[in-house]
Formats: sequence, structure tokens, C-alpha cells
Amino acid sequence: MTITQFINSSLGRKTVMAATGLFLCVFLVEHLYGNLLLFYTDGGEAFIEYSHTLVHSLFIRIVEIFLFAAIIVHVVQAIHLTRLNSTARPVKYTEYKVGETSNWFSRNMGITGSLILFFLVVHLWRFFVPYRITDAVGGEGQINVAQDVKLAFQNGWYVLFYLVSIAFLTFHLNHGFQSAFKSLGLNSKKHEQLLSVSGSVFAFGIVGIGFASIPVLFYFGIAGSTF
Amino acid sequence: MNLTLKIWRQKNAKDKGGFALYTIDGISEDMSFLEMIDVLNERLIGKNAEPVAFDHDCREGICGMCSMFINGRAHGPWAGTTTCQLHMRAFKDGDTITIEPWRAAGFPVVKDLVVDRSAFDRIIASGGFVSVNTGNAKDANNITIPKPDADESFAAAACIGCGACVASCKNSSAMLFVSAKVSQLALLPQGQVERKQRVQSMVAQMDAEGFGNCTNTGSCEAECPKEISLTHIARMNREYMMANIME
Repeated sequence: MTITQFINSSLGRKTVMAATGLFLCVFLVEHLYGNLLLFYTDGGEAFIEYSHTLVHSLFIRIVEIFLFAAIIVHVVQAIHLTRLNSTARPVKYTEYKVGETSNWFSRNMGITGSLILFFLVVHLWRFFVPYRITDAVGGEGQINVAQDVKLAFQNGWYVLFYLVSIAFLTFHLNHGFQSAFKSLGLNSKKHEQLLSVSGSVFAFGIVGIGFASIPVLFYFGIAGSTF
Repeated sequence: MNLTLKIWRQKNAKDKGGFALYTIDGISEDMSFLEMIDVLNERLIGKNAEPVAFDHDCREGICGMCSMFINGRAHGPWAGTTTCQLHMRAFKDGDTITIEPWRAAGFPVVKDLVVDRSAFDRIIASGGFVSVNTGNAKDANNITIPKPDADESFAAAACIGCGACVASCKNSSAMLFVSAKVSQLALLPQGQVERKQRVQSMVAQMDAEGFGNCTNTGSCEAECPKEISLTHIARMNREYMMANIME
């Protein structure tokens, strides 16, 4: 079997979804680590230095290509699979109570995923494009990124938008993280419970609480008092 | 018990089909679901009407022929139970019961509640077997098999191929069925010879039959009358990946 045949098979497609998904999970952890530097009461120095590294490191330039490629592949594959799946049941049931035996978020990864993609565009437009492109390349590198984050989260509506988006991300990961391991063949009766709990801890405990803490603490003035 | 039955009637594969309503009285709660349909059919025949076509065979929950989607659930409301083992005490007097055929592109309707599940036969024929030398049956303990492997293989072999997994899955995916058949043989020494070729052929056939893709929601496992575990799907993924890497 060739690699093309593998990737075009049902199981190959799931492998691709899982691998890109887990790669994006690794990115989220790194991203969270960077963002938590905002909580240092050092006038934002640690975070500014970190942002500077992100913009000027060659290594990050290379990883960035893989990151955007992973997002594109994950989204394109998801759309393709959704279309294939919808043709697999041409006549729908009149009564269909599968909701009693599986949870809503596991069945609606497409909806949560689309909302995350929308958030991603808004988020990149606000924080990535100015720092990485217009200011760093075309401009003079004058934006104080720490102060800019503080400024952005003064707006209650913006904070609310972030919190709702992070909630969707959390629910997406609550199913996605453990599902990715299953798609890669990493599940057994012995580890099923562990996998399920780890998925929830990663989604709610790490990503959910971690990312949500930033807009919340800045909005209430708990974080960022030194810059 | 007096019941109202809302049953899918479809003359043949080409007919568009639709629901018909029947009221039925004098049903005992000790009857099985299929016996209740038998009563309905006898009365329909008595009135010179066309009886409801449905699949059934052993009526003891081991053949995998019965296949009704009852009130939005494959094989009805009881967990780990086939339609033939579902009894009328699961319902209340005066209930309206909706009965539909399995719905999936891979399972076209033949008539009424009967669907064509030969796609499963073609998947099995593509690799769900072991090649053995003919002759006398060998002594049972000639080949030693660790107990946990034997148990796990046996749990997978419990799959009766009814198709409730496909019928329940939001994507009409056949992965629980195929993974049970792959697991059953991959765990045993007798299954090693064709191990790589088996998983590749069976997955290719499954894809060709137009079943959907697994998103690990777990509804197949929950609806399976034999309670086949979702972990078999992970094993199939593993087998498939290893077969492709080791090639």
C-alpha cells in the first residue's frame, strides 16, 4: 500500500486528523506557557522578551510553517470527512435518540471547530498580524506587547468573546484529545478510563482554566498592574 | 396492552416509502417484540393486507438477523439486547412505538424493515478468515493461547454482525463491526499468517461499501447488543498503521 492510498483511506484520514490535532495541542501548551509570563510583576519584561524571540527566531519561523500547515490540513480534512459522513446516511431517521448514549460535544466537533476557527481569525488579526507582520517587518517594532494585551482586555465584550471561544475550545479538546489517541490506536480496556480522565484534565484543567485566566485577570485589574 | 405502531413501509428498494399507523390490542407484556409484530402480521393477513416484512431467524439473540430501529434506538430501549430478546414489558400501555429500518448507504432497504447487509459479508470475505490445513480437528490445547488474549478475542467474536453499530453511528460507520472481526483473529496465533493483509483488505472493502468514518462518539458501543468494546477500533487503527509501516 502506498502512502497516498493510506492517507486516502478512512483510517488514514483519521490518523491525519489525530496527528495534526495533537500537534496543535502541543502548540497550545507552548502558547499557554508564553502567555502565563504576563503574570510576572516585572513590567511585562519577560513577556516582551518572549514575544521578541517568537518574532526573530529562525527555529520558530520553521515551526510556524508546520503550525499553519497543520491547521489547514486539520480543517480541510475535517470538511472532507464531514461531507463523506453525510453521504453515508442518505435517508435520515425520523426518530434518532443517539443523544442518550453519547455526548453532544463528541457529535458536534464540526460546530465547535468552526467557532474556534472564527475565533482564530479574530485572534490572529488582533495579536498576530500587528506583532509578527506590520510592526515587526514594516513598522519599527514599537508596540509594547504587554501593554497592548492589557489594553485589549479592558473591553468587557472582547473578554466575553474570548471566554466563550475558550469554552468551545475546551469542549472541542475534551473529546478531541482522547479521540486522537484512539485514532492513533492508543487505547485499551486497561487505559480507557485513564485516557478519558486525561482528556478532560487537559481540556478543562490546563487549556480551559489556563487561557481563560488571562482575559479575566486583566479585565479585573488583578494582572498587569506593573505595566 | 394496547399500542399504536408507527412502522416504515416501503414496497421495494426503489419505492420512496413512508410511515403507516397501526393500532394493536391484546398484546401481552411477556411477548417478545418480534412476537408482537407476528401478531400484527397475522391480523394484517386476516384482513388481506400486506404483512410487514422484517428480518429474523434464531430469536434467541445470537444470529444477528433482527434489525429494527425502535423509538430512535437500534434494537430498542434495552442495553445489550437484540430486538428478538426485547420484551413488551419495556413499553407502557397506550405507547406509540416508532419502528424504522437501519438507515445507511451501506445498508439499502430491500422492503419495509428489511435491509441488505451483504456489505458485511463482502467485508468478511475480503479478509475475515484464517487459512488452515484441512483434515481432522486438532486437539484443543495443541496451540497454547494466553487466557487474557483468548478472553479478549472471544469478546470480539461475540459480534453477531447485526449492524446496530452502523445504524446507531451518526456517521454510519462500520468500524466497530470491522474492528471486532480484525481483533478476533489478530489476537490469536492462527490469525498471524494473514494479519497484515487482513486488516488492509477489510478496511479497503469497508471504505468501498460507502460506510462513514469513526469519530469516537461511542454510540456504537452503547447500542451494540453484544456490548463490543470501542477499544477494538483502536486496535484496528493500530493494526492498520503497523501493517502499513512494516510493509
